[in-house]
Amino acid sequence: MTGRRALLAVPVLLAVTFGVFAIAAASPFDPVKAYAGAAGLTASQENLDQIRHNLGVDQPLLARWWDWLTGALTGDLGDSASLRAPVSQVIGERLGWSVLLCALAFVVAVLLGTVLGVLAARWRGGMFDRTVTGAAYALEAAPPFWLGLLAVWLFALKLGVLPAGGLTDTGSSTATAGQIARHVLLPALVLAVSQLPWFVLYVRQGVGDALAEDPVRGARSRGLRERTVLLQHALRSGLLPVLTLIGSRVPELITGALLVETVFSWPGIAAATVQAATSVDFPLLAALTVLATAAVLVGNLLSDLLYGLADPRVAFDG
Amino acid sequence: MSARSIRGVAAAALATTLALGAAACSTPSDGTGAAGPKDSAVVGIAYEPDSLSPLLGYGKDGNSKIFDGLLTHDADMKLEPALAAKLPEISDDGRTYTYTLRKGVEFSDGKPFTADDVVFTYRTILDAKTNNASKAELDAIRSVEKKDDHTVVFHLKYPYAPFAERTVLPIAPEHIAGKQDVNNGSFTTHPVGTGPYVLTRWSKGEKLTFKANPHYWGGAPEVKNFTMAIIKDDDVRATRLRSGDLDGAILPPNLAAAFKSAQDKKTYTAKTFDYRNVTLPSANPVTGAKAVRRALDLAVDRDAMVKGILNGAGKPAYGPVPTDSPWFAKGTERPHDLKQAERILDDAGWKKGPDGIRKKGGQRASFTLWYLSGDKLRQEHALAFASDAKKAGIEAKVESGTWEVIEPRMKHDAVLAGGGSPADPDFDQYLLLHSSLAGDGFNNMSRYRNEKIDRALVDARRTDDHDRRKAGYDTVQRALEKDPAYIFLTHIDHLYVVDDKWRVPGEKGLTTQVEPHDHGLASGPWWNVEDWQPKK
Repeated sequence: MTGRRALLAVPVLLAVTFGVFAIAAASPFDPVKAYAGAAGLTASQENLDQIRHNLGVDQPLLARWWDWLTGALTGDLGDSASLRAPVSQVIGERLGWSVLLCALAFVVAVLLGTVLGVLAARWRGGMFDRTVTGAAYALEAAPPFWLGLLAVWLFALKLGVLPAGGLTDTGSSTATAGQIARHVLLPALVLAVSQLPWFVLYVRQGVGDALAEDPVRGARSRGLRERTVLLQHALRSGLLPVLTLIGSRVPELITGALLVETVFSWPGIAAATVQAATSVDFPLLAALTVLATAAVLVGNLLSDLLYGLADPRVAFDG
Repeated sequence: MSARSIRGVAAAALATTLALGAAACSTPSDGTGAAGPKDSAVVGIAYEPDSLSPLLGYGKDGNSKIFDGLLTHDADMKLEPALAAKLPEISDDGRTYTYTLRKGVEFSDGKPFTADDVVFTYRTILDAKTNNASKAELDAIRSVEKKDDHTVVFHLKYPYAPFAERTVLPIAPEHIAGKQDVNNGSFTTHPVGTGPYVLTRWSKGEKLTFKANPHYWGGAPEVKNFTMAIIKDDDVRATRLRSGDLDGAILPPNLAAAFKSAQDKKTYTAKTFDYRNVTLPSANPVTGAKAVRRALDLAVDRDAMVKGILNGAGKPAYGPVPTDSPWFAKGTERPHDLKQAERILDDAGWKKGPDGIRKKGGQRASFTLWYLSGDKLRQEHALAFASDAKKAGIEAKVESGTWEVIEPRMKHDAVLAGGGSPADPDFDQYLLLHSSLAGDGFNNMSRYRNEKIDRALVDARRTDDHDRRKAGYDTVQRALEKDPAYIFLTHIDHLYVVDDKWRVPGEKGLTTQVEPHDHGLASGPWWNVEDWQPKK
């Protein structure tokens, strides 16, 4: 199954990158203006035309895409015009920080979501359940950047206990583990909280349904302890939908990270993405899109594999 | 197991979560080092450079912390030697500039600085393959050559009086920058120069950190660590300044006012050439009409704009040259005079219609005025201008957009524009007014043509006789009074709030230069951070 999925990914990735080039070409933004910045406001037309030629953006859409594609296949991702550096270097410098942030947020969201969801399912309809479910619905509607601003206001401005942004303290020039840990806390928590509702609600639903199913009722009637019933039987089948969710949350996590990173000036891949998009930086934009698409495809593949492992009834090549 | 023990598990989980949170909360916050060491300074700025390579335009107006130019500006914007040992020798015909270089200067990697580096820097910038959007500023250069290791000669295409002002641009090391892709190589982010500071880290979108160059030819700076934090939002900058996270920051007038009474902080007001004006496209039948231009020039209430929009931090502008500059032509100030404006319009046949808007031969006195969306200062200027114009019977329909939206409309619609470059009067006036640049990119946006002004501009740039230059720019300014090319509104002061713990030798506190439109990295009181000393 894995091999076939990988083959399927090829046309998807091709279509996505071409789409990026086509949409960017149709946008009213001028990459040369973006490149020149303030200097462009006094530059001569001849000068701007020369830069347009140097950047290769006077080529037709298809030619630019083909150039980029053939370059990428030989390992040359091109140069980012907006960040004035090779694309591979831009991604290499930033990807790690984004992965750190997302991984932390994801682990917290999955663990906390499962715990809260199981507890809510255990006492369905009770006080705890109603509070958690209500909060989850409210959070579902709250955009991550708004949560981020709220967190900055509370923890950084009002309480003054956590830094408002950045990777390290403003005055420091080296990145120590302790500083990074302190700085990652707030953005990771905000990202985790923004992902939390889906896990809570799915787990609650899954475990709640499982508790009402025959095998669980059977287990209960055999006189097994409540804890065994809940953790061994109900949780196991109740977690199946969560496994699917893990895969499908990946795109949401990426867009969430995009906004959270911007709010907290986290030097991850998101800031580069935003800059690439607004300055029509084709090579960077295309590479980042391929990366995001690949993450989504891998996420889906992963959740299917997990599903198969957790439930033997699911055939791998069904 | 019973429900009770599940509750136990849950409680434990919750307690762990809370404990984690609490631990985080109780971590001492070391970001608030207001009483930090005096050899470190952290300042908040609003803009980030795209690149740190002088070959791509970084630091072209001088004052880069990492690099030096051949020349530099002192506090009064007078030229003084930097990498050159003295000011250049200029040939009698004004077309040959000879620079003798300072000896014994090293780049921060220990390699010597020579004439080769100077020639390399200028030749690379002028190379068509280099993506430098400011290279037109070096248009006058025909060639640059090395005479010996410590002498460089520039040959110009035409005599160009302000040429020496252009040689403040930073010199890049050939042995590093010459060995890589000029547009995308690692030098663009990891620069090596001869300057007082060495870049230690550039976290894009977050900050630039520098440490003092102990071998700096001008003496090692006393501020050993210098950080520029990039904080785009004005309010966040003010908050982080108040919390002690920053030692200084640029702030808009209303936020700077809040620090007026702070004992440990000082506010610095930098005079500028930073103007806001309204373009008057000559192709538009309304803004192209001389009577309308003259009337608008008298109808705008500049004093009210300075007071209302700038909180007093600025001054009325009648042209690109600020009223307190020695290049300003005294007597060309135009006081607010609505009556005279109406008289001019009446005499020219623009009669008021029933809706209060004037008309002439079926042409309604109405045009569109664009401003850059998101720029609050420009928005307020545009609205104030429209309201003043309306009193004279001229309608300016204010709209906002990005440059992508505005640019295709610049030929027919007015734009609330900005600019300003203090080093030489030629820099602003030639680009704004000369007819050969009409509609060339963002130059001469009004597409203004005035033979008298064209002649005066060329005369003034081709002589280095100060009196003749002054006479030329006086002619330009007086001609503009009779036939305005733009409606100049204000010159805007830049405000900075800085901890009062440093001083510059010979001064009570810190100093500022006259600043350009761009808020470059090196504007503000930290323009000479290498000279700062801890206050006794």
